[in-house]
Amino acid sequence: MLTDFFFKLKEARIPVTIREFLTLLEALKARVISGSLDEFYYLGRTCLVKDEANYDKYDRAFGEYFRGITQLPEGLVCQIPEEWLKKQAELLLTEEEKQLIQSLGGWEKLMETIKKRLEEQKEAHHGGSKWIGTGGTSPFGAYGYNPEGIRIGQDKSRHRRAVKVWDQRSYRNLDDSVELGTRNIKVALRRLRRFAREGAAEELDLDDTIRSTARNAGYLDLKMVPERHNAVKVLLFLDIGGSMDDHIKVCEELFSATRAEFKHLEYFYFHNFLYEFVWKDNTRRHAERIPTWDVMHTYGHDYKRIFVGDATMSPYEILYPGGSVEHSNPEAGSAWIQRLLEVYQHAIWLNPQPESYWDVYPSIQVTRQLMGDRMFPLTLEGLERGISVLRK
Amino acid sequence: MSRFTGTDTYVATDDLIMAVNAAITLQRPLLIKGEPGTGKTMLAIEVAKALGHPLHEWHIKSTTKAQHGLYEYDAVSRLRDSQLGDPRVHDIRNYIVKGKLWEAFDAEVPSVVLIDEIDKADIEFPNDLLRELDRMEFYVYETQQLVSARHRPVIVITSNNEKELPDAFLRRCFFHYIKFPDKETMEQIVEVHYPNLKKSLLREALEAFFEVRNVPGLKKKPSTSELLDWLKLLMAEDISPEALRSTDQHKIIPPLHGALLKNEQDVHLFERLVFMSRRSR
Repeated sequence: MLTDFFFKLKEARIPVTIREFLTLLEALKARVISGSLDEFYYLGRTCLVKDEANYDKYDRAFGEYFRGITQLPEGLVCQIPEEWLKKQAELLLTEEEKQLIQSLGGWEKLMETIKKRLEEQKEAHHGGSKWIGTGGTSPFGAYGYNPEGIRIGQDKSRHRRAVKVWDQRSYRNLDDSVELGTRNIKVALRRLRRFAREGAAEELDLDDTIRSTARNAGYLDLKMVPERHNAVKVLLFLDIGGSMDDHIKVCEELFSATRAEFKHLEYFYFHNFLYEFVWKDNTRRHAERIPTWDVMHTYGHDYKRIFVGDATMSPYEILYPGGSVEHSNPEAGSAWIQRLLEVYQHAIWLNPQPESYWDVYPSIQVTRQLMGDRMFPLTLEGLERGISVLRK
Repeated sequence: MSRFTGTDTYVATDDLIMAVNAAITLQRPLLIKGEPGTGKTMLAIEVAKALGHPLHEWHIKSTTKAQHGLYEYDAVSRLRDSQLGDPRVHDIRNYIVKGKLWEAFDAEVPSVVLIDEIDKADIEFPNDLLRELDRMEFYVYETQQLVSARHRPVIVITSNNEKELPDAFLRRCFFHYIKFPDKETMEQIVEVHYPNLKKSLLREALEAFFEVRNVPGLKKKPSTSELLDWLKLLMAEDISPEALRSTDQHKIIPPLHGALLKNEQDVHLFERLVFMSRRSR
């Protein structure tokens, strides 16, 4: 019973386990629900899905599995409001297709054909749920009335419940490859925290006090330890200007989240690629340059380094001396990156370009090689992958 | 078996009620996540009220250890007593301090336990509680005694998603994510809290609220609890519904917006956007 459903969820890459599945069966046995599909949907979700990022996957898998089972409400055919269909078609159809409709005898005729077709199919399948799909070969399919469209139409009729909760897919943007708000970034960055005891000893160490008092034949011997602080130090290098203008919003969000999260944070800007100098203030970038050597000498190797840039440029800008678009650089950018990586072992590159584009640009591939494959997309999921590399 | 159906001070959606009832029936812990201010902590309080059970609240901090919820051995008191020659020092039981879970396990009647903000604690915290939450029993090494629950309590755990919880822990819980309420639910929620709010004020206020929430790029979106605070202020100041829709250039943002927007950058952004949209009208 329901084993197929379980495997369907597994197929949808939801991390479900047998124990959780047994819990669901136990809940069904204990009659937590009375038997409606909506209730089962909620119960299954609360038992099997333990991360809201997977809610959308669950919705889709559930919809797929139960699509064949839900009964179609009676009398649907006469309930699709004609104006609605027309309006929808105007939105969806191209000019050519509209002309094609005209050639088939106009709207009225088409509607009649649709109704007739529906009637026929209803009798043949006893109101089964497949008819809209098979309608694809009829004028339906050709003009793109998808099942979802029809269901939206029903929403306004008295069969309001026909719009299934799982078909609304209201958790779509909780999928962790999409949304990246300030709060989400902060939460992701927080995983980088590492508490360590540094500085003056000012907190009572109870365990040690007890141990040394016992050893001291019962005479009190106080022991102190330094307080715990978040000891993570971060150097942030941000690509600015040019092709990065498209990604300004997400970079701003990342920047403000990073600033709020780390006490030891230093940030520098560069343009396109890293050369012998960087700067801290974009309005005075030509006046106040900071030599990259100085950065390396100032900040210890325990700093974690995050580059943010799209790495989208000509490969010459990385590989050759004098390749920079802004000035004549005596040493190639690749040399500087390698130098930095020797000092700072914990380094990642966050790329706002979608991961699927990476293979298209040779410069991204080059940068990725230079970084030793530690390049991650600037999405929540990519950030988490990057953070776990930084933690090692 | 008693069932939870929401209370007259708490609006629970169908899916939430389902999750709570599943947790009550099968006596497993319920893990609640959701945006800040959507009533995660309130849920446990309301469940306890609805079922008529006593509530044990255990608030987690970054320094909290799993052991603190079970019991603590007060070594410092014993040390002091030993130096003063107090006779109590010979019995170690005098220095075992019960934690929240022990209290709940020991209770004569079924109870509700709230473990608030479990993600604040160390990463090992949930793992250290696996057996305790599963079998509802633990062992006191100092006195060599096994404490097991007389009545398995309903356990509600809240998380703000700051740390990933271990899989082994998640497997033992029911999970529910409280979605931000839509307009209809929000009206119900407000109705429950302020039953005598003028309909017109409520409508205007909710519109203003969802408008603010929909502004792209806000650093911190206002939540339900902030809306309720804001409404309380509006009522206290006796602000008319018309004032919320004022087209006056000098009052371009909603009155008392400090209750909704808590970050000066957000206020600036909002002012700029409102100003731009007013000008283009």
